[in-house]
Amino acid sequence: MFPLGIVPYIVGGILIGIGVGHIYITTGLHATQSSFFSTILSYVSKRPYFQQKQYLESRGWRLTFAIGVILGAFIYAITISPDGLFWTTVQWWRLAIGGFLVGFGTRLSKGCTSGHGISGLASLSTTSLYAVITFLAVGIATALIIQALGVIP
Amino acid sequence: MNIRHLFVFTGGLLFGFGLAYGGMAQQEIVLSFLQLTDLGLLLLLGASAFVTALTINLVPKILKGPLLGGEFKKRTRTLNKRTIIGAAIFGVGWGISGQCPGSAWASLGVGNLPVLIGIATMALGAYIMGRFFT
Repeated sequence: MFPLGIVPYIVGGILIGIGVGHIYITTGLHATQSSFFSTILSYVSKRPYFQQKQYLESRGWRLTFAIGVILGAFIYAITISPDGLFWTTVQWWRLAIGGFLVGFGTRLSKGCTSGHGISGLASLSTTSLYAVITFLAVGIATALIIQALGVIP
Repeated sequence: MNIRHLFVFTGGLLFGFGLAYGGMAQQEIVLSFLQLTDLGLLLLLGASAFVTALTINLVPKILKGPLLGGEFKKRTRTLNKRTIIGAAIFGVGWGISGQCPGSAWASLGVGNLPVLIGIATMALGAYIMGRFFT
């Protein structure tokens, strides 16, 4: 059930929670992830949906947040990571098609593993609970079907 | 860079370090979870949601407002069909690719550059949603 042990998962989760809490205590912001795409699109699209006040107001800190996440992972890779830098072997078409559905679905649902999963569950939102159950169940079913079809990796 | 952004940035560092430490920057580990061979990511989700829950539910009882000013607001979402259909579409994409928005940034950080493909199509997917489905 836990071939890689449980410590990295629990420590990683605690660090993520401290990061989200640290931002909430200091700024009151909910540090979630998928809204990044809608806010950044406000720089390039004049459509009213992307020019909403909430997106224009938050695009600056969301960009800063994303840069922090990238650098935080980089610091892990060059310090305590047993694997060092990493390069996935998952095929490019899976990344491309999957990415598209992730971008579309998370924005339709207004949340992802971070927004619904961490911040949503933490704020005891039943809406987010239903979303989490849905994407977990569908994600597991999809991954098992792809595996059964012999697509590796 | 104003002081609020500095704290957002350091919170991002912790978030990214934790994602990478917990295996989320490796699509192989995410897929092994979704294929039910390694359930560790449930622990990561539980631990992160638990620590966040302690913060956002208890801190507003102690502090009047955020340390840098403003007010504590609840994150509100209304349940409707889009919430569930969107989550299902996300689930399909997650199961195909092992990517999600936050872990994609962490992937870049560990040098996992093929995920740039996924980030580009995530932006496209978010654009198509905002352009045609609102």
